[in-house]
Amino acid sequence: MKLLSAIAALCLLAASNAQAADPHLGRNLAATCANCHGTNGNAIKSSGMDALAGMEKAKILQKLADFKSGDKPASIMHQIAKGYTDAQLDLIAGYFAGQK
Amino acid sequence: MMLMKRRDFLKVGTAGAAMASLYGCAAGSKSSGHVVVVGGGYGGATIAKYLRMWSEGGVQVTLIERNPSFISCPMSNLVIGGQKTLEDITVSYDNLKSKWGVRVVQDEVVAVDGAKKSITLKAGGSMSYDRLVLSPGVDFMWDEIPGLKSTEAQSKILHAWKAGAQTVALRRQLESMKDGGVYAIAIPKAPYRCPPGPYERACLVANYFKESKPKSKVVILDANEDVTSKKGLFTKAWKDLYGGIIEYRNNSEVKDVEVASNTAILEFDKFKADVLNVIPPHRAGNIAAASGIKLINNRWVDVNWLSMESTSTPGIHVLGDAVFPAPTMPKSGHMANQHGKLAAAAILNLLAGQEPNPAPVVMNTCYSFVDAKNVIHVSSVHQYDAATKLVQPVKGAGGVSAARNELEGKVALGWAKNIWADMLA
Repeated sequence: MKLLSAIAALCLLAASNAQAADPHLGRNLAATCANCHGTNGNAIKSSGMDALAGMEKAKILQKLADFKSGDKPASIMHQIAKGYTDAQLDLIAGYFAGQK
Repeated sequence: MMLMKRRDFLKVGTAGAAMASLYGCAAGSKSSGHVVVVGGGYGGATIAKYLRMWSEGGVQVTLIERNPSFISCPMSNLVIGGQKTLEDITVSYDNLKSKWGVRVVQDEVVAVDGAKKSITLKAGGSMSYDRLVLSPGVDFMWDEIPGLKSTEAQSKILHAWKAGAQTVALRRQLESMKDGGVYAIAIPKAPYRCPPGPYERACLVANYFKESKPKSKVVILDANEDVTSKKGLFTKAWKDLYGGIIEYRNNSEVKDVEVASNTAILEFDKFKADVLNVIPPHRAGNIAAASGIKLINNRWVDVNWLSMESTSTPGIHVLGDAVFPAPTMPKSGHMANQHGKLAAAAILNLLAGQEPNPAPVVMNTCYSFVDAKNVIHVSSVHQYDAATKLVQPVKGAGGVSAARNELEGKVALGWAKNIWADMLA
């Protein structure tokens, strides 16, 4: 039983490693947000859009979760947040948090 | 713990790469090579910048564009409606050159040799590439509307479906029209560039008439069975804001025109207008067919959605309106920008001898003005699906505005500022 679960864990690890094989997944996903939120999250100041560069990861994730659940009223983000998996949103938030 | 180690490694990796580029030497698996980008619109300008940015200058990029500066199709209906000028929607290529080190060549590509990996320029000479990106937009199928084949006819009955001189000329025609006149806009069968665009234009022309020429009318001659985008929101705007001004006619395909009398010829009918605005059916920009890559229906380029690479010709990637769209994917500037980033990531991997990202995502938002301030949107998110090998719309995501509103009017203008900067700043 222990052996089986160890094998299962190894398989999962291998799968997640294969998923993370491309170190740029976060960068690529975050780039899909740049049309509105600016390159690397640096929105134009006068544009009225949230600048996400350097924002705390937990804060970005909370906003996205609230958009997804409908807790935070929005014009469009409630529709867009639902298009990404939680794992993808985590990568996106992590990428923006690391930007200046 | 594993994750922490991995992150630390990445940090060192990035710092190392930055140092390597600082001292002008190449890092281990860093991408290098020469990418030629044809067309500096929403797709081409984006990929030119992102290739330079993401490779930290490792990849050489040449952008070939026939116009001296970028003029945006999105927002160009505001020029036709009188809210903005052409200058407001024009952006220079200077930052691509000076900030990002893109070599911008004002010229036109007349031939592509996919086997030799070289292109021929109109001004003469050729250029070799490691990867070629075609972002050629659309060209019109004049054969479908024979009366419009001559340049003289095209200067009288305008399309204004490529922003620039035609945009300004259409505005002038509307300004010169007498009060009590009729403006007619003819929409081709889908797929066409910017699905909500013609309906937005009808709204903004009607808004101008309402304010300045109240006896005038707008007639929409739509080749489609029904409104192709944001139907409920547009029809509500026509009823609430432009009752008695806008008339919508479905199944009204324009087959030809009589230029002298400004008349559209439909299958069983004719329609004479004071200002006739015909958007002809279109296809991938002519260089796509000329390069010999596979087209679907002889119109749109067939691509691999992991890399935007032509399915027939390795080394040639195609972006934007020219592409045969994935399910429910609109031909929009926003989507072309997304194609540009997907392809930039894939090309950098390929140049470094790695596979493209197996799970790309693209998304879209299109804002339409229904008057000078109120806007409606449509949005969607598309994830790669390995079973169909297509990017597929995510069920339950995306949608349209609850109602037209002024907040989104501000958001739409903010969108334009940010996407233009994302491409060109």
